[in-house]
Amino acid sequence: MKVKDLVDQLDLKVCSGNAGLDREIVGGYTSDLLSDVMGNANENQVWLTLQTHKNIMAIASLKDLAAIILVKGYQPEEDTAIQSNEEGIPILSSKEESFELTGKIYELIKG
Amino acid sequence: MKVYRADLHTHTVLSPCGDLEMSPVNIVRKAKERGIDILGITDHNSTLHAPLIKKLAEKEGIMVLMGAEVTTREEVHCLCFFDSEQYLADFQSYLERYLPNIPNDTQHFGYQVMVNEKDEIISEIKNLLISGLKQGINDIEKKVHQLKGLFIPAHINKMQNSVISQLGFLPPDLIVDALEISRHITKRDFLEKNNYLSAYTFIQSSDAHYIDNIGDVVSDFHMKELTFVEVRKALKGLDNRFVAIS
Repeated sequence: MKVKDLVDQLDLKVCSGNAGLDREIVGGYTSDLLSDVMGNANENQVWLTLQTHKNIMAIASLKDLAAIILVKGYQPEEDTAIQSNEEGIPILSSKEESFELTGKIYELIKG
Repeated sequence: MKVYRADLHTHTVLSPCGDLEMSPVNIVRKAKERGIDILGITDHNSTLHAPLIKKLAEKEGIMVLMGAEVTTREEVHCLCFFDSEQYLADFQSYLERYLPNIPNDTQHFGYQVMVNEKDEIISEIKNLLISGLKQGINDIEKKVHQLKGLFIPAHINKMQNSVISQLGFLPPDLIVDALEISRHITKRDFLEKNNYLSAYTFIQSSDAHYIDNIGDVVSDFHMKELTFVEVRKALKGLDNRFVAIS
């Protein structure tokens, strides 16, 4: 499954990083502690969080994540979006909360 | 040059987690007893107790750094200090504007009360003070520096509410006047795992919530006299001033 398939199927808003929409997704990780994500997320996963600080892009880049999905309608901060465009790692936004969205993505990827 | 003992992170009874004995009078008495020269008053998201403590402490020759321990939107704790009561009041308005409207539940979090110099309760703060402000860490840092204050991320070695736990690492564009480590670690052990921070000035403080913990951990400020300007110089390592921790 590609990032853009998730965007279509879950009606996500693409906030930035359009160049990365063709990236392949192999799984996901849900956490709001960046220290935890740094230690436990794996490459080509989507990351669900409510954090919007620029550091999320550094972590996504470091771990080579497929995309970041902000929950509850959060938008990236301006400098976060700029870095997402530079790195080609998409930041997506969903109106849903982490629990529901994680469940839906799990079902989609598993299937 | 003189050496001044500083404990820059203490909570009063105004913090929900601050013990009821942490009244302004008791805090100053204990600071005196423990030989503290510079005392930081840092309640969660409130500066309201600092002016009274400063007034009481001045009579004992203790300098008070008036401030707060702010919780950012990312739930990072940061110590913020201001030189004048005007700037402190400006910052208090900022805190009140961005503190979420969530009432304190005293059963779970404890009382948030202001106390006068006779140890009488004069008011109770309704909104929970440990909530995260509706402002990010970079916004708050900019506000503090606009008001000519000092901005020090708190207990950055901890796995809760530290810039490292919440944001993974210290954002390189964040302007900090120092970094605080908690009493649970030495600077050497911390830097072994966080070598990229070795150029920063470090302070270590008690983070006292109970009266007997005031001054348990101190930072030594090597400087000329007890003024905010000298404190800033020591934190910056200017003109042979510096801060040492064990």
